[in-house]
Amino acid sequence: MEAAADQVDRTAYATWLMRMGDNTLILGHRLSEWCGHSPVLEEDIAMANTALDLIGQTQLWLGLAGEVEGAGRTADNLAYLRDASKFRNVLMVERPNGDFGQTLMRQFLFDAWHHAMLTELLTSTEERVREIAAKALKEVSYHLERSADLVIRLGDGSEESHARMQAALDDQWAYTGELSTPDEIDTATAAAGIAPDLAKVGTVWRQTVEEVLRAATLSVPDSTFAHQGGKSGRHTEHLGYILADMQFLQRAYPGAVW
Amino acid sequence: MYAQMVKSTGEGVKDLKEMSPEERAFQERIDRGEKIEPKEWMPEGYRKTLIRQIGQHAHSEIVGQLPEGNWITRAPTLERKAILLAKVQDEAGHGLYLYCAAETLGVSRDELLEKLHSGNMKYSSIFNYPTLTWADIGAIGWLVDGAAIMNQVPLQRTSYGPYSRAMIRICKEESFHQRQGYDIMMKMAKGTPEQKEMAQDALNRFWYPSLMMFGPSDKDSVHSAQSMAWKIKINTNDELRQKFVDQTVPQAEYLGLTIPDENLAWNEEKGGYDFSEPDWSEFYEVLKGNGPCNKERLGARVKAWEDGAWFREGLMAHAEKQSAAKLAAE
Repeated sequence: MEAAADQVDRTAYATWLMRMGDNTLILGHRLSEWCGHSPVLEEDIAMANTALDLIGQTQLWLGLAGEVEGAGRTADNLAYLRDASKFRNVLMVERPNGDFGQTLMRQFLFDAWHHAMLTELLTSTEERVREIAAKALKEVSYHLERSADLVIRLGDGSEESHARMQAALDDQWAYTGELSTPDEIDTATAAAGIAPDLAKVGTVWRQTVEEVLRAATLSVPDSTFAHQGGKSGRHTEHLGYILADMQFLQRAYPGAVW
Repeated sequence: MYAQMVKSTGEGVKDLKEMSPEERAFQERIDRGEKIEPKEWMPEGYRKTLIRQIGQHAHSEIVGQLPEGNWITRAPTLERKAILLAKVQDEAGHGLYLYCAAETLGVSRDELLEKLHSGNMKYSSIFNYPTLTWADIGAIGWLVDGAAIMNQVPLQRTSYGPYSRAMIRICKEESFHQRQGYDIMMKMAKGTPEQKEMAQDALNRFWYPSLMMFGPSDKDSVHSAQSMAWKIKINTNDELRQKFVDQTVPQAEYLGLTIPDENLAWNEEKGGYDFSEPDWSEFYEVLKGNGPCNKERLGARVKAWEDGAWFREGLMAHAEKQSAAKLAAE
């Protein structure tokens, strides 16, 4: 590891990496549930494509998390053999998909944060982080372009699509605050220059979100309440079911090679 | 094969002498190996048969996402999950090329989907079987995609230009799909006793449904004869089935798995295997809607379409607003 990583507690760094990888893993899982059930064929393709990108990013983030942790765990070990309380993803990504509008709204709100975060990570003090961020940013730029475009078209679409997108936004809103609320892990990794100041990421996020929602003729909810807990392992009831599904084969047939 | 029992004119193949001058010129172009392109004259029967065949193939690609999608969330490793996502995405893409090819014949994608949803068009019988274990994902890649390739490779030479070009693109991706399926089977067949049991069980359940993919023997079918004369069908169902068995048996042997057919034996004289016919009564039941998953598969597609109506209407409404605004600005 480089100098910056030595200055920060390895556990904090590994945890921060797990947050990145768990977000992409769990969101990728949720998106893959749409396979074959989207409203049009182009969306089936786009959903699978986005999920595929996120799973690819998961391999990189969790792979590095395992190396930094230094306990010999691979990306697969981390994905398949941790229980819910050890997952570090934000609550937003584990919530059920809802209708296609809710899935798209969540995607947009996440993409806007993800894009801002990865952009900042291009100047991380850690080379490996910069490399992963650079690769992921290419993919996430497209994710954001697509989800923002759809939010605008559906928000400023028919009466029903507008109402559904507003309801989706209202429903997701209380889960967005967690993305940009720093805790001691964020502060420690930011101090070491590995990760950015989350408040700065939150400001960029807010600008993107306001701009797109305005074009979509949707109203930003005034509530500032934010559910917290995912980043420290206190999850919703939904994550357990995701893991029961995702980890089934690894749990039922320990040690088998697939 | 993703198109089964496609009906043609039902009238048998006309002799060149019985044809109108236009029909004769058309048939002669096909006989010379020329490609027919969208704007060119074609007999109505040729157009309709192609729409049925390409449409059925397209529907098979999109319904085919469902049995594999059933295991994406449970894929055993991140790499397997990524590969399966890529494969299912390819299949949706194949659906897209094929609907586009069908559209060049004057039918819209929405019209074709309406026919699928109302039960007036079919998709391949194979997708009405369930995927019960992870080995089924291997078996689908190995056997189902293997059978599809058997049919699609010759169709790259089909007479209709857009269909032929779609097949060329699709075949490239299908061979990757088959390899990933075989690779899953290999890992499982060489794995723990439980994994090997799953692999054998998947082969047992998918073997005969895979043979059915080629359709019943068409040696006396007037539909097939006409389609072959038009080069929208290149080989008979029996030829393709034989080729598939001959290719697959050594692969199963290499895996150490047993083909569930006591009558399977090498026939030196014909240079191919003798094998048992699948139970055709089961095939006809599946086509009638009585397969194990017909209701779920079609139900899932209809639900996706109906639940997504607001999404499609919302996008249309936005597009209309944009064009109205553009018009007002001019």
